[in-house]
Amino acid sequence: MAAIEILGLEKTYMVGFWRKRPKRALEPLHLTVDEGEIFGFLGPNGAGKTTTLKLLMGLVFPTAGSARILGREWTDPQIKAQIGFLPEQPYFYDYLTAHELLDYYGQLSGVSAPDRRHRIPEVLSHVGLTDVKGIQLRKFSKGMLQRVGIAQAILHNPRLVFFDEPMSGLDPLGRREVRDLMEQLKREGKTVFFSTHILSDAEALCDRVAIIHKGMLRSVGAIEELTSTVQGKVEVVWQGTNVPAGVRVLSADCHVTGDTVRGIINENQQDAAIDALRRERMRLVSITPLRTSLETYFVEKLQVRCESTSENTVGAAAGTRV
Amino acid sequence: MSSRGRTTVLAASSLLVSITASVLSLRHIDQLHPTSPVEDVLYIGSPKMVKRASFGFDGLMACMYWTRTVQYFGHRHLNGEMSYNELAPLLEITTALDPNMMAPYQFGASFLAPAPPNGAGEPDRAIRLMQYGIEHNPNDWHLYYNLGFVYYTLKDYKQASATFARGSRVPNAHPFLKILAARMAEHTGDYSTARMLWSATFETSQDSHIRLNAIAHLRSLQVDEDVTNLQAAVTRFGERAGRLPSSMEELTAAEHLPGIPIDPDGKPYELSPEGRILVQNPDNFIFVTKGTPPGYKPPAFGRLRK
Amino acid sequence: MSARILHIAKNTFREAVRDRVLYNLIAFALLLSGAAILVSQISIDIERLVVVNLGLTAISLFGVLIAIFIGIGLVSKEIEKRTLYTVLSRPVRRWEFIVGKFFGLAGTLVVNTLFMAIGVFGALLYVAHRFSRPDAWIFVALYFIILEFLIICSLSLLFSSFSSPLLSAVFAFSLFVIGSFANDLRGFAGVAHGFTRWFATAAAYLVPNFSTLNVISAVAHQQPLGAHLILQNTLYALFYTVAAMSGAVLIFERRNLK
Repeated sequence: MAAIEILGLEKTYMVGFWRKRPKRALEPLHLTVDEGEIFGFLGPNGAGKTTTLKLLMGLVFPTAGSARILGREWTDPQIKAQIGFLPEQPYFYDYLTAHELLDYYGQLSGVSAPDRRHRIPEVLSHVGLTDVKGIQLRKFSKGMLQRVGIAQAILHNPRLVFFDEPMSGLDPLGRREVRDLMEQLKREGKTVFFSTHILSDAEALCDRVAIIHKGMLRSVGAIEELTSTVQGKVEVVWQGTNVPAGVRVLSADCHVTGDTVRGIINENQQDAAIDALRRERMRLVSITPLRTSLETYFVEKLQVRCESTSENTVGAAAGTRV
Repeated sequence: MSSRGRTTVLAASSLLVSITASVLSLRHIDQLHPTSPVEDVLYIGSPKMVKRASFGFDGLMACMYWTRTVQYFGHRHLNGEMSYNELAPLLEITTALDPNMMAPYQFGASFLAPAPPNGAGEPDRAIRLMQYGIEHNPNDWHLYYNLGFVYYTLKDYKQASATFARGSRVPNAHPFLKILAARMAEHTGDYSTARMLWSATFETSQDSHIRLNAIAHLRSLQVDEDVTNLQAAVTRFGERAGRLPSSMEELTAAEHLPGIPIDPDGKPYELSPEGRILVQNPDNFIFVTKGTPPGYKPPAFGRLRK
Repeated sequence: MSARILHIAKNTFREAVRDRVLYNLIAFALLLSGAAILVSQISIDIERLVVVNLGLTAISLFGVLIAIFIGIGLVSKEIEKRTLYTVLSRPVRRWEFIVGKFFGLAGTLVVNTLFMAIGVFGALLYVAHRFSRPDAWIFVALYFIILEFLIICSLSLLFSSFSSPLLSAVFAFSLFVIGSFANDLRGFAGVAHGFTRWFATAAAYLVPNFSTLNVISAVAHQQPLGAHLILQNTLYALFYTVAAMSGAVLIFERRNLK
């Protein structure tokens, strides 16, 4: 069963003083997220990620379209008990302590009192917040609030969690912890849908990603699919300052940096290259199949759009000139 | 229907029902204490206290009290009540809050001094109110006129004359103040003097109560004057003919009048067998002193309406 | 009624307490004890009048201010600080949130009023040395004051559901002032003509009529209040509150939380 099925959700805000000027925040979006996967929702700032999440949470109402979450209509209040949500840069009632806040949220999610009693310390230690008893949230740092936000999202043991920029405000150690946490959620059979503009996080975690830009979905797929190997190329790195003739004939593309040399050759010539290096008694450092990084792909995806539009403009301009 | 749609429908119908119900219950509450709010306003009877309690919003409070005064008077008047006990305190509070507001003084001049049912019957307070007004607005001739008018209605012609004279010396005073001052000395009983005063009251006021009151007085004056003149004609006729005229026609013929004189309502005056001139509907002229049948009592209701 | 409403109400109450709203009680206590001591020394006969008038008026004003200043932020502040996101992403309906907020604020005011009432009765005992039978009417006046608070709370919430705190405060406070002079407005409607009359009459019925809920002077003068008035005022306040709350729900239900 699909955890999330987005069926053409779209949102147009009316802006300006009289709310007459339409502003498209999200083009009709079709997207399916399977149960049990970690799904990354990628896009630069202002791409429409948060709008999508707010639509799914029922915080804003779509101009058109609908969605199904865990097999039910997304407006069904029942499903809210089974999903967790971490908003972007979360902020909470700062007059409460972390325990009180989680207790309140637990009540609202219908978690029973005994369950709350053992679950709250559990999730707090899970997100690395210990020794915060009796401290009001107004004293919390940004990173601590982010952790509280994650804690409240998983408190009621939801089947599906939505994280909006879960790593923001965290130090490198914190980011690592959140990554581990998301992987653990996946191991527990939960579905994680998270938005980010940091690609390395997505690359490290996601089963599949979607790329959204300017309110429009650009591409969806598994990381491996999107970053498929560059047709039969490998990268060979060895120690030395020169390129042996045996290698040079195989590849013109070699770079010398310090005492290492990096060369790109065809996969089928990899053995010949190793032989050539061995003959020259040079130390081989690594041989890796070449892949496009997600970043390259991402930038490509965003740029293709820009270039194609600019080309069109140029074409049109040229057309008028002729 | 989605749960959101259901909530919307429920909330909308609850809004309609409860707003209707609240208006209905408010109407019900109105019936519980139908008297206007003015009575309980006067828990604070002292103008000074009200001024202190108004926290500097004197002007606004004065307007509010003025509205309440007019309402109080109109309400009591409409119900034909015989007393205006709160009129003086209301006017005093209003003028204490804003001594420069002219309307309350005019109102007081017309309705404070006359005895019930035409006024509050408090001439002393009327005089004090006018004097207070003059103290704060020494350059407004209207107030001298009002005070002189009060003296006039109290038949204190000496004071009236002096007051009118004082008023005539104020810059930009209306010229008739000088004439009134002179008339007070000699022609106090004249109908023309009375007519002049009431006409002036009518012309210088915007207040409908005051203007209606002035019109009623002017109409009654007209009747009084007509009846006086006609009664004199009857006497002359008697002296000449040695008997009373048998009819109005005979009287008008003897006096060479063009027709039978009519009252301000257009109804001809009548002649009683005893030789008295009578007005047909004395109830329409509430301030008349002449032309009424013996033992006539003015009606309590609808006094100022035409 | 769902348990969630209760939880939201409790949290709203807790917020008010932790924001030190109840500190107003200190100001109230100082005012009242000062007045009691002063009055008992300078005036004869009217101590009771002054204490009841001043005490009840202060309860009403303090409460109205609290109701407005908390009420206007109840919804808009949660939207602005985005604390609402994590509440509404739970199985909480929007109307439950509004209703819960209302009960939380109303509860805060009731507790506040109870403390103040104790103060008034204390001051009364201090100046008069004993209670008399007509003092029982003070309870009715307090009850009416609480009814007034319910209306103000619902109005503040209504404004808070669509407008900024500052504008809401202006709206709510204007309505409080107009409503306090509702009977004058009624009187004005009675003497006006034409469109003005029609408009003033409609306004007089639509603004909250706080004059009918204000029996402070009557109580201070030990006048009895009819059972019928108590019943009708209760009905009126409840209907008005429900109307304002329905409006708030209606608006909030369709609001985009940007």
